[in-house]
Amino acid sequence: MAWQAICAVDDILVGTGMAALVGGHQLAVFRLHDDRVFAIGNLDPFSDAPVLSRGIVGDLGGDLVVASPIYKQHFRLMDGSCVEDETVNVGAWPADIQDGRIRVRYGAG
Amino acid sequence: MTSKQTLLVAGNGMVGQHFLEAAAEAGLTDRYDITVIGEEPRHAYDRVRLSEYFSGTSAEGLSMASADWFTEQGIATRLGVRVDSIDRDGRKVTLSDGERLDYDRLVLATGSYPFVPPIEGIDRPECFVYRTIEDLDAIIAAGGAARCGAVLGGGLLGLEAANALKNLGLEAHVVQFAPTLMEVQLDRDGGRMLESKIGELGVKVRTESNTRAIVDGEEHRLRLQFADGGHLETDLLVVSTGIRPRDELCETSGLERGERGGFSVDDQCRTSDPAIFAIGECAAWNGRVFGLVAPGYQMARVAVSALADEAARFEGADMSTKLKLLGVDVASIGDSLGRTAGAQSYSFTDGPAGIYRRIVVNDRGDRLLGAVLVGDTTPYGDWLQYCINDMPLPDQPEALLLPGVEGDAGGLSPGALPDTAQVCSCHNVTKGGICEAVAGGATTLGDLKSCTKASTGCGGCTQLVTQVLNAELESLGVAVDRSICEHFPYTRQELFHLVRVEEHMSFDSLLQAHGKGLGCDICKPAVGSILASCWNGYVLGDDTTPLQDTNDAFLANMQKNGTYSVVPRIPGGEITPEKLIVLGQVAKKYDLYTKITGGQRIDLFGATVEQLPEIWRELIDAGFETGHAYGKSVRTVKSCVGSTWCRYGLLDSVGMALRLENRYKGLRSPHKLKFAVSGCTRECAEAQSKDVGVIATENGWNLYVCGNGGMRPRHADLIATDLDDDALIQAVDRFLMFYVRTADRLQRTSVWLENLEGGLDYLREVIFEDSLGIAAQLEDDMKRVVDTYECEWKRTVEDPERLKRFRSFVNSGDGDPSLRFVRERGQRRPANPDEQAVQSIPLVEVS
Repeated sequence: MAWQAICAVDDILVGTGMAALVGGHQLAVFRLHDDRVFAIGNLDPFSDAPVLSRGIVGDLGGDLVVASPIYKQHFRLMDGSCVEDETVNVGAWPADIQDGRIRVRYGAG
Repeated sequence: MTSKQTLLVAGNGMVGQHFLEAAAEAGLTDRYDITVIGEEPRHAYDRVRLSEYFSGTSAEGLSMASADWFTEQGIATRLGVRVDSIDRDGRKVTLSDGERLDYDRLVLATGSYPFVPPIEGIDRPECFVYRTIEDLDAIIAAGGAARCGAVLGGGLLGLEAANALKNLGLEAHVVQFAPTLMEVQLDRDGGRMLESKIGELGVKVRTESNTRAIVDGEEHRLRLQFADGGHLETDLLVVSTGIRPRDELCETSGLERGERGGFSVDDQCRTSDPAIFAIGECAAWNGRVFGLVAPGYQMARVAVSALADEAARFEGADMSTKLKLLGVDVASIGDSLGRTAGAQSYSFTDGPAGIYRRIVVNDRGDRLLGAVLVGDTTPYGDWLQYCINDMPLPDQPEALLLPGVEGDAGGLSPGALPDTAQVCSCHNVTKGGICEAVAGGATTLGDLKSCTKASTGCGGCTQLVTQVLNAELESLGVAVDRSICEHFPYTRQELFHLVRVEEHMSFDSLLQAHGKGLGCDICKPAVGSILASCWNGYVLGDDTTPLQDTNDAFLANMQKNGTYSVVPRIPGGEITPEKLIVLGQVAKKYDLYTKITGGQRIDLFGATVEQLPEIWRELIDAGFETGHAYGKSVRTVKSCVGSTWCRYGLLDSVGMALRLENRYKGLRSPHKLKFAVSGCTRECAEAQSKDVGVIATENGWNLYVCGNGGMRPRHADLIATDLDDDALIQAVDRFLMFYVRTADRLQRTSVWLENLEGGLDYLREVIFEDSLGIAAQLEDDMKRVVDTYECEWKRTVEDPERLKRFRSFVNSGDGDPSLRFVRERGQRRPANPDEQAVQSIPLVEVS
């Protein structure tokens, strides 16, 4: 597992997400109002469309979540789990900001 | 002091138990020594939920009464024995164990037994019936060594039994003599829809099959031989071909028997011997036996009243029923088969969704006689009320048939029900009874359940009970939580007011002042829409972008594969050949699937997020503007060609459509808004199905409002006649702004009007008589929106900072490599899962 720089912080508008291509895989990377950043899988398992990065970010019952833009299920930014169906998880990866760039720790092993 | 009399109850099934509970409640235990005799080795249990025994509910879990209850009530029990004979002259019964008991009053609640048709081989040990817990234990024991099971009989109980076999892990078959399933409750189309749905669940159905004999099988233990020469092999067979009343006591006692069996009873549930009552499935009222639990309960209460010397009559029962069979929702109401003279019917089938609905109405079309619902039973509560309360139907009864819009309260409002309306038929709770309980302090569904028992029987009335509860709480001034979400304790209407009065210009400012947390996908788009309605700011600003819902966020309509469709505005549906050519060229260049919309414009599908700005640059250069097809905003103004060309046209409908569309384009509202203008009463633009409909007359324009097409059609209401052009615009200004201010989130004008207190008359007073004194404000608000209009796409393509979001990946300029398309009828469309030869998006392992 290695940290990889994805983009400049300002490439992502506060309160939104963008998709990133990492090792041939799609991640959804979110930037919050307090400059915390999160990375989860971009593929929405309910529609099989790579769109979670384009969902609305918010909180539900204290958990940070993104709502799928297709059928509106919520996924927790902390761990990628689905609020409506606990058996579903899109995966989550460590992310941070270093020297003005957003990094994700992603990779096999 | 008089000594107590003796009351014997023969039968401790559901109805017998209900009788005992009602008797205890009515104080009959003070007047009678009660003894109940039950043939089964246990106290009453919930036979309706019997199939749950297969999915793990224990006999205790189904139990309806504990031994302690009987002790507390002072009711003696004799279980495992039955009444073998009645000596009416001596007022004595003899039990199967020889014991003799005296009685002053006797209540027969002996129930029914499964009818087993005389078919050769049906007495084999692999054949079972489905009635008691003991029957189920026997089926379970046999199921262990079996691979497949069949049910003889495709009625309600037969399908329950098939579900039970499936739960045992067996391959399940249903053999039905009739042409379709549940022929007593469902019409043929409904039965066929049910058959196809349960077929999808793996239950094999064979209809029109007359079983002649049951013999040894070759692959399985049994073979059913059919009259048509075919056969079916199975390891066990459950016979479910109807029930018969347990009325054998008629033989020795001389009690009168109904034509089709059962102890004949009068309106007080008394048999031909006034000291003996019969209730439930063993009783025949007017020659009719009722095979459902609710009428049985009704009879039990009538018998209790009679024994308590109160007047109560059994007057027949509603046989409507709603249940889930093998996971499929099924319901039938009243005369579902349309047997009443002069009955007419309407039906609706949604094949892909597996929904079938039928309503049966009287000859005048103004009363509901019956209905069938398969696949979705949402309207059951409302329709049942129409039927049992004999309430007048809407002018177009067929409007009932279309599935309601998600989230719409819709349908019958609880206020329309009379106080006498029976809301819960299992426990005979009326609307008045619920209101009384609410007045007495009940504030939740749970409270109501414990004090009225409403909604504790079959549960079919839960939704209606909740609606009545909420309406009643509201009318008593008790707060019902209508908060938009967990972040704001306000309705949309209240938030709108706060934004406007306190002049909040951003979500954060409103959240800080009145909310908590970060917001969510409910409140963010709602507030985004309110900010746009009030201040008409740019929807993709730094502050506003994170608020926008799926489509607004990229000013395009997201499709199922994450690509977008593009809809340029074509006001009034009028377009020059040059512009039409540009649309064709753009569609061709980007390989966009092209379709004409119902709103007289053209939809271009399959654009990726990075293509959107390029496409819009080309469209804007050719003079197009955004069509707001993505927004909760003004969509289209449809028009006919009007007096310009048409031989019948009275006024220039296209000209008025252009004026309206150009005036209101860009207005953000609680939901989408559709308009139409027709040049004469032939109404080619279908204005009466629109939020705002305008129809030309000899003397000016007639204005219709709050119509709707789509899932829940509503005919628009005529609100003003013979308006000139400017008066029409003024009225529409006021109407739209009043709706924008006061509607709930995602509430169309049709539902808004239905919920508006005072209805159309009130709305007319607000708009035309300025009864609230806000008309000038409404017009000013609209003027601000009109004056500040700009094309969102024009602004977006001109701002490089905005365009940064229009990329598939933040770290690559490439498009999304995972998108797959196929060609069909000369155009591109998304590949469906079978066509995606390779897993297009590599799955990533969770670390």
